[in-house]
Amino acid sequence: MRRYFARKLLIYALTFVVAVTVNWMIPRFMPGDPVAAMVARARVSQPEAVDAMRAYYNNLFGFDEPVWQQYLHFWGALLQGDFGLSIWVFPKPVADVLLDALPYTLGLMIPAVLLSWFVGNWAGALAARRKVLDNTVLPAGYLLTAMPYMWIAVILAWALGSKAGWFPISGGYSLDIQPNWSVDFAVDLLQHWVLPFLSLFLVALGGWAIGMRNMIIYELESDYSSYLSALGAPQRLIRRYAFRNAVLPQITGLALQLGVLVAGALVTEIVFAYPGLGSLILAAIQNQDFFLLQGAFLFIVIGVLIANFLIDIVYVVVDPRTRTGMAGGQS
Amino acid sequence: MSTVPEPATAPTDTTAPAAAARPGRETLHYAVRNPKLIIGFTVVVLLLLVGIAGPPLLDNADPNEYVGPQAAAPDGTYWMGTTTFGQDVYAQFVHGLRATFLVGVVGGAIAAVIAMLVGFLAGYRGGVVDEILNMLTNVVLVLPALAVLLIINAYLGVRSVPVQGLFIGLTSWPWAARAIRAQTFSLRTREFVDLARLSGSGTWRIVFREIAPNMSSYLFMMFILLFGGSVLIASSLDFIGLGPTEGVSLGMMLQSAQQWSALQLGMWWWFVPPGAGITAIVGALYVANVGLDEVFNPKLREA
Repeated sequence: MRRYFARKLLIYALTFVVAVTVNWMIPRFMPGDPVAAMVARARVSQPEAVDAMRAYYNNLFGFDEPVWQQYLHFWGALLQGDFGLSIWVFPKPVADVLLDALPYTLGLMIPAVLLSWFVGNWAGALAARRKVLDNTVLPAGYLLTAMPYMWIAVILAWALGSKAGWFPISGGYSLDIQPNWSVDFAVDLLQHWVLPFLSLFLVALGGWAIGMRNMIIYELESDYSSYLSALGAPQRLIRRYAFRNAVLPQITGLALQLGVLVAGALVTEIVFAYPGLGSLILAAIQNQDFFLLQGAFLFIVIGVLIANFLIDIVYVVVDPRTRTGMAGGQS
Repeated sequence: MSTVPEPATAPTDTTAPAAAARPGRETLHYAVRNPKLIIGFTVVVLLLLVGIAGPPLLDNADPNEYVGPQAAAPDGTYWMGTTTFGQDVYAQFVHGLRATFLVGVVGGAIAAVIAMLVGFLAGYRGGVVDEILNMLTNVVLVLPALAVLLIINAYLGVRSVPVQGLFIGLTSWPWAARAIRAQTFSLRTREFVDLARLSGSGTWRIVFREIAPNMSSYLFMMFILLFGGSVLIASSLDFIGLGPTEGVSLGMMLQSAQQWSALQLGMWWWFVPPGAGITAIVGALYVANVGLDEVFNPKLREA
């Protein structure tokens, strides 16, 4: 078990280093110069003023140091929680901008991830047992997984928002309300939350249901199931074993899926103009805010790593083989 | 990682290698009798034909041209209506289908090649090579692909469908590499591989002559899933505004519909077709994949 965690931690640490390095490299080695872009945005015409401005920005963002020093400084600043300044909302620190948006994204993601996983597995397990159900769950599942996140979001907004008028179709809360700790605000917040949540939930649901259905069918056809039924064990008992074995890959799948769900959350937020990280990333791209974009990327990576680590812990609790250290082969 | 909701069948499916041993005619026999396979492939082929034959049949070469009345609902002349600017939605749709298939093929092929190189090498060689490649795979697996693509796209600014496909391919191979590694692992100790090794064949020769043909059906199915994944990621990128700078794609249609508030204006004909097109292609591919699984894998066949 110690070996298992050591390996996992090593991979997470490596991933983090790679992410930070990529993040640092991009504005420096890629074509396109962020400082030039900022100077251009200021629309100054005198050459002296342009030079002065360039020097100022180069100094502000540390581009006038040797490359290796910039790299070390980047790490140093990062470990102190300093992501630099945003260009879009200059001079607000990137970390503050991101922290304001984070609760909205997490509030959307966590329920969507967990609920779709539970409901999807439950539906899949049921489908594996009944032919009639199978014929509806399977096609519906494939349809849902094939839908682009933003499209189902647009369709939901159109059907339940515009046409039926049940839910508001944009924003995190109504414009005439100030965020505060009141029941009215909470209700308003919840109403704005329903549609983005539903679109994330539905797309993810299909994949889990299909996965679970296939896994249970494989398990029910395996040797131990045939053996149990040859011994005359009740069908319920066999199914319980099949379920326990089938759920393990689904936990690994949850870890694998997180990056995908992040992508879903980003585009969904853009459809509903929901004030989370996705909307911020769009603003960062449109305003060429390199530092905000970098910061958002790191936030996402850190989030995915933490979530993956939590799932690894759950996996150890659920799967006894990892506890006894037999998991050398799978990493 | 793939951006498709992870194809749960692929990584766990260990029965596929047996398929290649059966004669091709029998596979064909079951293939033409499998409704899922036929329906799936029919839908994909029909849409492909529309994408290939559609654009030359149109009067106007540029799908973004302002040709018709503004914001008109579908009718006889404009089958899918027009946009706020009077662009023909049908013209955009058929051009967009081309871009979608292209990005799927490029992205899927590149991802499949990388996955095969990494997966075969790691699985066949084992040991230190495996450890290193495995580490690499895991690192790329944990990085959220869309976030990586976002910054690459936003900075590079090179925007064409093939380049988009290239980057998608470079980020979406890990799950497939893992699956191939696991398959190779189980094949490398078989007798025929030992025999090839004793006769002095090199690593790549053994991999491509002995091991790969035994999992050809599996590799083909994996490519289909990677194809579908590429289409979905590309549509997300297009939607965020990082699509190709020229031409039109289904994702870009959704983006402009969103940008010019087609939703608030009730212009459903602007945003329904592109999304339905993507869903139809990807969904049909997934369904065909299940059909293929049943064809190649006798255990799953319904009696």
